[in-house]
Formats: sequence, C-alpha cells, structure tokens
Amino acid sequence: MSATSHPDIQKKVSVYWKVFWALLVATVITVAIANVHMGILLGIVVALIVALVKGSLVAGYFMHLFHEVRWVYGILALTAFFFVAMIVLIVWTHADQQGHNSGAFAVPARHAEPAAAKEH
Amino acid sequence: MSAEIAIPYNDTERPDTGLYNAKLGVWLFLASEVMLFGALFSSYILLRVASDRWEHGADILNVPLATLNTVVLIASSVTMVLSWAALKAHNFARYRRCMGLTFLAGVIFLIVKYIEYSGKLGHGLVPATSTFMAIYFTMTGLHALHVIGGMIVNGYLLGPGAKMWQTEPRRFTNRVEVAGLYWHFVDLVWIFLFPTLYLLPGKGM
Repeated sequence: MSATSHPDIQKKVSVYWKVFWALLVATVITVAIANVHMGILLGIVVALIVALVKGSLVAGYFMHLFHEVRWVYGILALTAFFFVAMIVLIVWTHADQQGHNSGAFAVPARHAEPAAAKEH
Repeated sequence: MSAEIAIPYNDTERPDTGLYNAKLGVWLFLASEVMLFGALFSSYILLRVASDRWEHGADILNVPLATLNTVVLIASSVTMVLSWAALKAHNFARYRRCMGLTFLAGVIFLIVKYIEYSGKLGHGLVPATSTFMAIYFTMTGLHALHVIGGMIVNGYLLGPGAKMWQTEPRRFTNRVEVAGLYWHFVDLVWIFLFPTLYLLPGKGM
C-alpha cells in the first residue's frame, strides 16, 4: 500500500526526536543570549541566526524540505525573491519617516525642519 | 447515467511535478502566507527603525509564558509529524494518540495566550498604548488565529475526517501530511516572532 517501509519510518521517527531535542536546546540558547548584553546590532544578529537555525530544522526535517522535489523548491525560490523584495522596498522608505534625523537614518536635508522653516 | 469523474493525483504523485494535488496546493498557500507575515515583519522593521524609542519586549511582556508556548508549539510539531509517520506505518491507534496530543498542545497554547493577553489588558496595555504594543497585538493575534485555523483542520482529521482511513488510506495520509505542513509553518512563524517581539533589545528608553 505504501512505498515507505516500516524500518524507513522508524529511522525517520528517531530523527524527528533528535530534532525535537535540538530545538529545545536552541530555545534555551535563544532565551540565554537575550540576557547577555552585547549591543543592539549584535543582539539582533545573534538572535536572528539562532532563529534561522531553528527554522531550518523545522522546515528541513518536519516539512521534509531537505528531500523535496524541484517544484517545491521552485515555489519557494519565487517566494523568497518576492519576500526579500517586499522587505527591502518597505524598509527603503524609512528616510521618509518622521521622528529622527541622525546617524544612518538621517532625513535628507531638503526634508529637515530648519530648512523648511527658512523657506517660509 | 451516474458516471463519476475521478480527480487524478489525489493520492498518487503527478509524474511531471512529483507532487499530489493537495501538496502542490498547500505549498502555494504557504507561499502566500509567507508574504502575509513577511509584510508584518517588514512593517515591524520599518516602525522600529523610524522610532526614537522602542520598548525592550522583556520589560513589559511575559518571557516565561512565551518560552513555555515556544516549547508547546515545538512539541506539537513533533507529535504532528509523528502522527503522519504512524499512518505511514499503518498504525491508526498511534496516529490518534499523536494527533490528539497535537490538538491538546494547540489548546494549551491558546490558554497560555489568553493568560498573557489578560495580563496585558488588565494593566492597561492595549494596542493604542504604543507602536510596539500595536505591532505586538497584531502579529501575535494573527498568529493565534492561525493556530485556531490549524486546530479546526486537525480536529476534523482527528474526528469525522478520520473515516477516510477506512476507504482511502493513502489519500488520508496525504491530508495529514499537508495539514502538518501548515502546522509546522505556524510553528516556524512563532520561532521568529518569539525573539523579535519578546527578546530583542529596545532603544532610546
């Protein structure tokens, strides 16, 4: 009835349990590193890397993405492209946001308030 | 004449794609889900970089409860994939146990979420309190709706939908597999939501 034999399933089940324990350990790491003061940027990067590792374990093993067919990879490649495009396009609009005018997110001079006040 | 037209590739893979219908459909659906949550994550980034002040989630949110919910969802992902593996091994009793545990984990997740939300609302922390609280309620609320949606499907496959195991076992196994794909995706979203909202450092506070 099924192409998959019982020993194959047994092997898969033991892998699923290993992934489960790995995810639990990664969750402890996620919470632990949040209590280490390493600065905003490094804190975000490290938290994202741990989340990416956990996400890859879930997608790769539980969603069987490590052994999928080309059509699924194709759908995901298109999704990844549009996902990145959407994030980038929206984030690029930050310069038009009000409320900050320094550092990497400085509002261009022509939009700055003192210059606008001089014009009037 | 009552000729029934059988829809092909319900339980077998289509030779050219290597996928049965439901699997192709659910992956396309998940692609649209990635864009839905992606839009909210990019909104989070934009609101955060454009703000002078941003709360440190751990200062106002309940990290122990959220950690508990992370463990609950991870455990439910394992029981979900084990329920599919049980069907592959033709063990229907084990399927029912594993799927029952998956459903139970969904209930626990929602109870914990209810306790968490009540705590926030009880302290006057509502979406209008700050931009951070607005995006917190939007993202976790949408995620909780997805958990409810998954529980409806899992509940059907555990209850009335399980009759299909007697008549079309392969098709039923496929249904459990694609319901699992969705459930793991919901887990995946939470894996990113948890550090983003609860743990990332704030600024200007």
